[in-house]
Amino acid sequence: MSQLVLERLRARFGEKLLETSSFRGDEQAIVAPGDWLEVATFLRDEPECAMDHFVDLTAVDYPEREPELPRFDLVLLLRSLGKKHRIRVKTRLREGQAVATLSKVWLGADWTEREVWDMFGIKFDGHPDLRRILMYEEFEGHPLRKDYPINKTQPLVQYREVGPSKLAPFGPDEGNPFGRIDWLQRLGGGNRQVSPAISVQQGQKPALSASTEEKN
Amino acid sequence: MGEVTAVLGGGQSGFATSKFDALLGWARKYSLFQYPFVTACCGMEHMATAGARYDIERFGAGAPRFSPRQSDLLWVVGTITQKQAPALKRIYEQMTDPKYVIAFGTCASCGGFYDNYTTVPGIDKVVPVDVFIPGCPPRPEAVLDALILLQDKIQNGDRDPVVVRTAQPASPLVQLGQKRST
Repeated sequence: MSQLVLERLRARFGEKLLETSSFRGDEQAIVAPGDWLEVATFLRDEPECAMDHFVDLTAVDYPEREPELPRFDLVLLLRSLGKKHRIRVKTRLREGQAVATLSKVWLGADWTEREVWDMFGIKFDGHPDLRRILMYEEFEGHPLRKDYPINKTQPLVQYREVGPSKLAPFGPDEGNPFGRIDWLQRLGGGNRQVSPAISVQQGQKPALSASTEEKN
Repeated sequence: MGEVTAVLGGGQSGFATSKFDALLGWARKYSLFQYPFVTACCGMEHMATAGARYDIERFGAGAPRFSPRQSDLLWVVGTITQKQAPALKRIYEQMTDPKYVIAFGTCASCGGFYDNYTTVPGIDKVVPVDVFIPGCPPRPEAVLDALILLQDKIQNGDRDPVVVRTAQPASPLVQLGQKRST
């Protein structure tokens, strides 16, 4: 559906596009961080693209793909209300690498960039007010990074002294099989399907489901 | 009247006798001014309980006060985030003594499935709690149970935390079978 947008991008940027792909109507282009602002401005201003709807800006952390590739993917989702097409633009960033802000292209990027800074610690050059937006100022670290410890909390209020055990039924699983999971115990089983990032963090081999291991 | 004679003695003499604490507890338990600290989806069940069908008014707890300074029963309804914990603590500190706290639902009681950096794992880490209501969310019946439990605690001067008992549910198939047979 959005092939036209990819064609326009290829015609304009050519070799500067690192990668393009299409999968069942999802068009994606990967650009270098240096071209980020230029590509975004082009997509908004080019009459055939006319990306006037800034949908979202977010990031993904892939620590395991270092050092071949930078660890962060910055993902920009755009849509044109008039042309009825969409595109996904990505760029790859190393730890501590900053990228130009899009808040001057789409005003809505202001808060989403603050969210990306808060959750992933990616800095945006030229952002008018790059503060945390979800977490509190006292919070240390960036919680959606895969290396943020899964059990680490940073309470603002000193916890009261409460007894060693909670009242029943608020035991280890709180009566909810989906809550308060004992990850260490779960990982000890070895063949349970868990997040690869968690298993790496806990020093376990990436766990596969039992059926997958049998096939191999 | 059964309630009154349990608190007041004296028989036919024309005088009523009682212990001061019992009388005070009796007065307190039927004049609960509640402050609803509603943060999440449990609020819907809280509203259902406060509505006409379940009629929380008959327990003397019908008047919500939207100022902590005028209230003595804090309902913590829903998830409390780490960012929100200072506000909760401050509201608790502003309430008038004697003050009581009900943790409404699994999130307020223990953090629920928000087992991560965002959520306080139970508001008893921040403020003392009198009654915990399990459930995600709890039924209005469980909420009324909690209120009655709290009234008993106030009457007896008991400040140890308690949990509302929930019936062990039968499996859906068994329940279905029972319905069919009746």
